[in-house]
Amino acid sequence: MNLTLRIWRQAGPRHKGELRTYKVKDISPDMSFLEMLDVLNEQLNAAGEEPIAFDSDCREGICGTCGLMISGEAHGPEKTTTCQLHMRSFSDGEVITIEPWRANAFPVIKDLVVDRGAFDRIIQAGGYISVNTGSAPDAHATPVPKRNADRAFQAAECIQCGACVAACPNASAMLFLGSKVTHLAELPQGQPERMARVVKMVDQHDAEGFGGCTNVGACSQACPKGIPQDVISTLNFDLRTALRGNR
Amino acid sequence: MAVTGLVFVGYLLLHMYGNLKALSGEQAFNVYAEHLRTFGEPILPYGGLLWIVRVVLIVSLVGHAYAAFALWARAGNARRTKYAAGKAALRTAWMRWGGVFLLLFLVWHLLHFTVVKISPNADATGPDVVNNPNRLLVASFQVWWMTLIYVLAMIALALHLSHGVFSAMQTLGWTNSAASYRRATIADMWRTRQFEAALVNPSNRRKLDVIMVGTGLAGASGAATLGEAGYNVKVFCYQDSPRRAHSIAAQGGINAAKNYKEDGDSVYRLFYDTVKGGDYRARESNVYRLAEVSANIIDQCVAQGVPFAREYGGLLDNRSFGGVQVSRTFYARGQTGQQLLIGAYQALERQVAEGTVQQFSRHEMLELIVVDGRARGIIARDLVTGAIETHIADVVVLASGGYGNVFYLSTNAMGSNVTATWRAHRKGAYMANPCYTQIHPTCIPVSGEHQSKLTLMSESLRNDGRIWVPKNREDCDKDPRDIPEEDRDYYLERIYPSFGNLVPRDIASRQAKNVCDDGRGVGPLVGDFRRGVYLDFSDAIKRLGAAAVEAKYGNLFDMYARITGENPYQVPMRIYPAVHYVMGGLWVDYDLQSTIPGLFVTGEANFSDHGANRLGASALMQGLADGYFVLPNTIRDYLAHGPFTPLATDDPAVAEARGSVERRTARLLEINGERSVDSFHKELGMIMWEYCGMERTEEGLLKAVDLIRGLREEFWRNVRVLGSADTLNQSLEKAGRVADFLELGELMCIDALHRRESCGGHFRAESQTEDGEAMRNDDDFLYVAAWEFRGGEGDGEMGTPVLHKEDLVYDAVELKQRSYK
Repeated sequence: MNLTLRIWRQAGPRHKGELRTYKVKDISPDMSFLEMLDVLNEQLNAAGEEPIAFDSDCREGICGTCGLMISGEAHGPEKTTTCQLHMRSFSDGEVITIEPWRANAFPVIKDLVVDRGAFDRIIQAGGYISVNTGSAPDAHATPVPKRNADRAFQAAECIQCGACVAACPNASAMLFLGSKVTHLAELPQGQPERMARVVKMVDQHDAEGFGGCTNVGACSQACPKGIPQDVISTLNFDLRTALRGNR
Repeated sequence: MAVTGLVFVGYLLLHMYGNLKALSGEQAFNVYAEHLRTFGEPILPYGGLLWIVRVVLIVSLVGHAYAAFALWARAGNARRTKYAAGKAALRTAWMRWGGVFLLLFLVWHLLHFTVVKISPNADATGPDVVNNPNRLLVASFQVWWMTLIYVLAMIALALHLSHGVFSAMQTLGWTNSAASYRRATIADMWRTRQFEAALVNPSNRRKLDVIMVGTGLAGASGAATLGEAGYNVKVFCYQDSPRRAHSIAAQGGINAAKNYKEDGDSVYRLFYDTVKGGDYRARESNVYRLAEVSANIIDQCVAQGVPFAREYGGLLDNRSFGGVQVSRTFYARGQTGQQLLIGAYQALERQVAEGTVQQFSRHEMLELIVVDGRARGIIARDLVTGAIETHIADVVVLASGGYGNVFYLSTNAMGSNVTATWRAHRKGAYMANPCYTQIHPTCIPVSGEHQSKLTLMSESLRNDGRIWVPKNREDCDKDPRDIPEEDRDYYLERIYPSFGNLVPRDIASRQAKNVCDDGRGVGPLVGDFRRGVYLDFSDAIKRLGAAAVEAKYGNLFDMYARITGENPYQVPMRIYPAVHYVMGGLWVDYDLQSTIPGLFVTGEANFSDHGANRLGASALMQGLADGYFVLPNTIRDYLAHGPFTPLATDDPAVAEARGSVERRTARLLEINGERSVDSFHKELGMIMWEYCGMERTEEGLLKAVDLIRGLREEFWRNVRVLGSADTLNQSLEKAGRVADFLELGELMCIDALHRRESCGGHFRAESQTEDGEAMRNDDDFLYVAAWEFRGGEGDGEMGTPVLHKEDLVYDAVELKQRSYK
């Protein structure tokens, strides 16, 4: 198949960027979206134009490194990561617009690459259980009801890719935040710090410049791991309890 | 007790030397006996030396006996109520009652030869006998019961000393050496090492700087734990966040000898399975330790909030995995790696918040700084700004993962590379067993030229899926559902009835290759062959129901459907082997220290635990064992010597390292040739897969070495890297990595060439049994091959590497030819 690509090019964080148009030919429907970009980059390199910078690492949908806004949809038309999106989801002759995640908290580094360091800092604010190595009791000391264990797992599936922020009309990171809060809140090990955690993490989220949540649900729809929107409800419940109790 | 005991040992050796003179004849013996008395005259009186010796021995004897009886009495006091039924420890019996016997013997011995000089031989008495030491000796041993007493005494002495000498060394703290580790029983080694490794005072720890390169399971867990201990840690990763390291892609699970299923598992069994699975090419002591700490890992992860799969009772679930017959694998659906890494990552971020760890994301280590033979820091490139940075520390840890990407197509991440370890290798760290590569049997087959990576599906699929190909070649392009049961060849179940589809990875992979080479592969034609076999879940779906299968493997099935466009609930999956993991890596000792002092290596980057083949669910175990429990205990023995002298950034060794990175970077951008970095990488990968892949031959490997040298030469002449060095430049990053792969590939082929045997993942066509199984050669190759880098100052230049051998000693397990039939 032959495609027309409109791709965001930006030389550096302080440079102005623009959409440039490229054409690719003989693309196989079995290629992944990123393999299609590899083909384009080989083409550009041969022609003496600097290849397009985009992030990707595991290319099997789990590391969360890749993430492109494809014709207005985070990770494109399928419910998956960009690396697991295949060209069979597009049709011959299609025009595809490719942009980086857009959020002030995710500044562009180059072309399609953004800085998601804000997520690390939110985790640093409290997204953990304070247990030093070597001080753990036997793993069977505390049984965890399967229902809670399963929900914790579902929330913990978040791969921190940032699609939720990219898709959110408010550029809010509540789904990411909610998934971490829910993961730890569902487990008995997470209880001691539960209230302090949610307050600190929400404060950091706001300080990073993410927007506020208006429960639109675009995040959950864009999430390649299908994290449900109700994790935000858990987050809000905990936050309310914490604020009532602690402040 | 120890000192007096060693005095006796010393005396015994002299005594033995003297008495052996008896064999030289009467005169020599008697001259010697007289010489002992005249020694040192006139400073010493006649017999003076003997008296000195006697006094020392008597004092020692009193001291030794006193200490012995005191210990005996104390033992009695420590347990006043005795057990009604008890088994005395054999060693204690030898020492106590043997000691008493030896004391009685000594009294007799002195009466006999020294004090009274009795001749027990009725035929030879009188002063001419008793005053002639040699004749007394001969006369005495002509009596049978005298000989018997002496023989018994010698046996008692041997038993007494066998424990006594070790015990004395232990008491005096002299057992702390590499050789003595091997002698100590394997089960005590780790406990002993933890105790003996020097401690670092908590208030000194913050003065010690640690560099950790890599944030996968080994790196993140190690950095977090060292941060918790209070060291000053700097952690580096090329990814934009530590949580993206490729450990995250591990699916199946993590082994631990918890025996929660009460199915006969134990530390020893996990150890045994791992050594056997590794085809007897792993270091026994390291593997035993791995099995020992495995249970602690699960405890630690649960405490961190890792959401392992649980049963309805709320307890942890287990599954079984290839190469073993117990259920010891803990898992979090199909993403155990991600959940474990998030646990380690969160622990790491907690330390970042505490200020003990500084995080450098999007940074790549490009050179190791070695000063006076010690690793003292790294040169790293900030991948965003392009700045070349110098980081000095007291110790450097590499947890930078494996180098499977040398094959271009592998299940590794796009960025996985060998640069950190290869740069260390060039600086003097030995590379061990580089040819041991694991080809994973359950990957999605290659679909075309454009392919950038291969996707693995957890081998846990082999628990319920059955692997088969058509019996007849003409059925290969049929719809598999139309092939009747009797025309299917479930070849693993047929060849290996006891392990069936759960044979170790190397065997499953090679058999897949064999049936495809036989023309019975399925899927699209790649060249002249179809490269794929069926992995069929229809029986499992019938037995457990589709819902149960989905609960267990849902995400893997989804992934397969997404990539291939086929529905595995209805049509059997197609799978084919792909490069997945490397057992080789930098050589490390029991402390995980490389041949460069101050350079430690953990996780997949080192060579130590998996031998020639890794069992499923053992990589996660090793990464976390190294990071949480091993490294933090062994690194302190090195750090106790620090902090080392501060280094200026203009120190010649630092400037040299930095200069070489700058030159290399500039050169890559200057070449401006015709070919892209990826085209070189692809070509290298093809050479490696063809000649250094699942089956290797002398001829092929020789050819590969030539091809790689040619390709490397072309690379440095004809590569095209656009853009500049002072910004994010992904082509430049790739170029540096591929340049190092082009050197590593040659070393892998050289290693594969020299190892003229088949073992684990290394299959030499020349070394196989009649029915095509790998044939080891323990007589010639029971060792670790550790290669030293030689020559080649310039980029891309390599001399002939030098082979060093570490002999493998198996005390705890018996060497056997592996059999899974």
